[in-house]
Amino acid sequence: MRAAMHGRWTRGWLGVIVAALLAGCSGPVNSPYAPGETERTVLFTAFGERPKHLDPARSYSEDQYLFIGNIYEPPLQYHYLKRPYQLEPLTAAAMPSARFFDAAGRELPADAPAAMVARSEYEIRVRPGIRYQPHPAFARKADGSPRYVPIDPRELAGIRRFQDFAETGTRELTAEDFVYQIRRLAHPRVQSPILGLMSEHIVGLKELAATLAEEAKTLPRDAYLDIGRPAFEGAVVVDRHTYRVRIRGKYPQFLYWLAMPFFSPVPEEAERFYRQPGMAERNFSLDWQPVGTGAFHLAENDPNRVMRLRRNPNFREDFYPSEGEPADAGAGLLADAGKRLPLVDEVVFTLEKEDVPYWNKFLQGYYDASGISSDSFDQAIRIGADGKPDLSPEMRERGIALSVAARPTLWYLGFNMADPVLGGTAERARKLRQAISIAVDYDEFISIFTNGRAERAHGPLPPGIFGHREGAAGINPVVFTWDAERGEARRRDLAEARRLLAEAGYPNGRDTATGKPLTLYFDTMASGPEAKSRLDWYRKQFAKLDIQLVVRSTDYNRFQDKIQKGNAQMFEWGWNADYPDPENFLFLLYGPNAKIQGGGENASNYRNPEFDRLFDQMKNMDNGPERQALIDRMVEIARADAPWVFAFHPRSFGLRHGWVMNAKPNQMAHNALKYRRVEPAARVAYQTRWNRPAWWPLAASGALLVAVVWPALLGYRRRQRATMREAADA
Amino acid sequence: MLDYILRRVLYAFPILLGVNLLTFGLFFMVNTPDDMARIHLGAKHVTQEAIETWKREHGYDKPLFFNAEAQGVAKAADTLFVEKSLKLFLFEFGAADDGRDIAREIQTRMWPSLAIALPTFLVGLLCYVSFALLLAFFRGGALDTGGVVLCVALMSISGLFYVIGGQYLMGKLWNWFPISGYQPGWAAWPFLVMPVIVGLVAGIGDSTRFYRALFLEEIGKDYVRTARAKGLSEPRVLFRHVLGNAMIPILTGVVVVIPRLFLGGLIIESFFGIPGLGSYTIDAIQAQDFAIVRSMVFLGSVLYIIGLVLTDLSYTLVDPRVRLE
Repeated sequence: MRAAMHGRWTRGWLGVIVAALLAGCSGPVNSPYAPGETERTVLFTAFGERPKHLDPARSYSEDQYLFIGNIYEPPLQYHYLKRPYQLEPLTAAAMPSARFFDAAGRELPADAPAAMVARSEYEIRVRPGIRYQPHPAFARKADGSPRYVPIDPRELAGIRRFQDFAETGTRELTAEDFVYQIRRLAHPRVQSPILGLMSEHIVGLKELAATLAEEAKTLPRDAYLDIGRPAFEGAVVVDRHTYRVRIRGKYPQFLYWLAMPFFSPVPEEAERFYRQPGMAERNFSLDWQPVGTGAFHLAENDPNRVMRLRRNPNFREDFYPSEGEPADAGAGLLADAGKRLPLVDEVVFTLEKEDVPYWNKFLQGYYDASGISSDSFDQAIRIGADGKPDLSPEMRERGIALSVAARPTLWYLGFNMADPVLGGTAERARKLRQAISIAVDYDEFISIFTNGRAERAHGPLPPGIFGHREGAAGINPVVFTWDAERGEARRRDLAEARRLLAEAGYPNGRDTATGKPLTLYFDTMASGPEAKSRLDWYRKQFAKLDIQLVVRSTDYNRFQDKIQKGNAQMFEWGWNADYPDPENFLFLLYGPNAKIQGGGENASNYRNPEFDRLFDQMKNMDNGPERQALIDRMVEIARADAPWVFAFHPRSFGLRHGWVMNAKPNQMAHNALKYRRVEPAARVAYQTRWNRPAWWPLAASGALLVAVVWPALLGYRRRQRATMREAADA
Repeated sequence: MLDYILRRVLYAFPILLGVNLLTFGLFFMVNTPDDMARIHLGAKHVTQEAIETWKREHGYDKPLFFNAEAQGVAKAADTLFVEKSLKLFLFEFGAADDGRDIAREIQTRMWPSLAIALPTFLVGLLCYVSFALLLAFFRGGALDTGGVVLCVALMSISGLFYVIGGQYLMGKLWNWFPISGYQPGWAAWPFLVMPVIVGLVAGIGDSTRFYRALFLEEIGKDYVRTARAKGLSEPRVLFRHVLGNAMIPILTGVVVVIPRLFLGGLIIESFFGIPGLGSYTIDAIQAQDFAIVRSMVFLGSVLYIIGLVLTDLSYTLVDPRVRLE
């Protein structure tokens, strides 16, 4: 009996193993996906590190926006195809316009000067009929009360995964949800990174945060805090589909913030649902289980392995744009114009921490798109005689396409303007900074360390941002001259840098006062063997002027601390735009934003009264010739004062397989996945072709094993048969 | 024996307390709570007020070891050390800085770690011991010399090379297995074979040489000569007598590792995309998540102590002369 049972058990397990083997062999045997999965309209991509937060009030990085940007929907979005970047309504029914009021509460005309405006009001009308994704927080009992609030602890005990909630529901999006989210920015437990910034702009947000912080102290840590109760005039509901936001003074950039997930609607039911006892222990929270109105919802949330966005069954009617840039039609980007979005059923993100397996799986066809790491650059890209990048023959043969886009990012070498040697407004220090600006050849840096994936910077504004100028008008005259014949900027001669250095009081890199060589200190987070060549390069740039450079490599924490306290002399730093407006770059040089005094983003502690006055004027203006003139003057001042060596604007290089459609790089949009389309049949065909297994190494390994074991076996048998004498002789 | 185990368990407490103190001291020597707040709040628009709020909400606004403002016992009790570290003795790991429950993460992630580490360990032990016995059997011969040269060559190569080389050959060139990734349940097996093979090959050099040295030492002893003189076959001499008597040093190196198999491998998990505890620890160190770091160090220490106790117990099983008093 026992033997029979044992036999059945063994056969059962054998069956399972054989079934598993067969299941694994129905497609290419090296496929990382379930059988048949790649035959569906699913987009396969990867993420490099697990997102820290998925709460729209907390998330503030690209790796988090990758997910929540496609789940939550703020009032506005960037047009997918048009350039320069253009805002358009998303959940808002129309583009909101501001009304201005003076200190006495009287309404001002739309062109009122910023100095007169005490308050702005944005009234936002929400598009009716938008519904949330299915979610247990919306589930209702027959009597209309919430199904899971309060939840029976015994019922919760049986729930391990979020999918275990048997019932879900939905409801219409209302203005209340937007106002609730703005209040959430002040929630002490949420810790929104923009609370400090928005408190300066949204009326009453700071006071609301203080009130809520006091109330939170009286409650247990995970208890529900009723953030809707305290008075708050910064955001109010006008009617079911309209809300109003009150802003201090004039702040036209607020519209850009309305396109960021921070201002997406969040239903209060979700907060009440997640704040129940037992939810946090199961990782059920708004931070990990989003609830939005977007094209996708998070169907699988395993940040250790895979994140799966699935088509939101309640997604409203939204269509692919029918207009874009002139070249878009030719590039096939308008082929899906008017089609209902999203164009794929699912997006599968697999955790891929290392570049090598990511790249190899892309080449096998298991990822639909990929970036290009420096390791794989030479395999993927050829730089032509004209300096332009193109695909390598291997990539072309695979039908891979390349897209290049300028990123709204600036890298610079910063001088601490509070430093006694390099800083200050004295002519001597200014000439020293200018000399260094000429000597540090970032063209060479771009060529060596970024594989040419960057554009030389002539000022603080990247290409694509209003105010940026191209050609002769756009060069930094302190560092470059314009070669009209070749139509390009030429770096000034090193002799000129040496002359400036001498005028600064350091002829041949020696201080005329002391006779000692000039030594400067460079703080950086780069360290270790991989950073050595880069740091050596910096030393060489300064050595051109006979300046000794001491590199002080440090970790992120110490570096931040030094910058915060103004203890760094020179440092490398970058800025990635929050929104495509010159204000978001020029504020980095605005005096009141200095790190030392104000803890702002002006890491160089640069302060120039004229620049600051112009910035105050420029920040509230609409784009136009008048604003351009102010920006030109500000850029001119910054170039002459040289608080930064303007380094470069990175360009992003992306590869995608031929079966991926509508992939136009959009550096500002966070919800681009709904526009993507794939052709699964082509993908499967290529995957099969590229992944045929080679079994000969198995046979070769077997033969090798026999070749080793056979003589060993013969030797063993010979020994076993050997007599004592033979053994002794051996 | 029970007394012995009890005594070892009691000894474990001061050791664990010391480990906790060291971890705590080292971590906060490098990272202040302000640093941790900055890491978690991001690089943009971070105000000092936001930093203070983060510290308060995460309980990092208390003194490290001594609270001068508190009264009585609270001077020691109302501190960061007591608050954050002593609860570990009750296996209350709390939440990570991103809010996720650490105990739940450990429960989830130890299985993938084990799925790689256990077969690598068991198959490896079998292969390495067998290979070492084979070399010992043919000691001094061509096979032995070739084997030792091979082992030295394999030992000289970086572990990362095996990973990348294995992925290139088996995953990319021959298309046998997925290059990286993981699926739960039975679907995991295609993802496990390659890391296990890579782990086996990477460990073959030093392990085989170690075991071979043990066996050769035993082979030269009198009881082996006696066994041969009595006419026992060489395999019987090797497997029964030499292996049996070499078990003590083998167990010393092997049993202590068993409980720590749960903790997984750092490089293997990272490159093969295995969502185990090894990659969890590395990520936490990079993210300066003290809650996870202290939990994993504590868990590692506990498992190490368990391993040592098990090692001592295993001696009594293989050598009747050993008594645990």
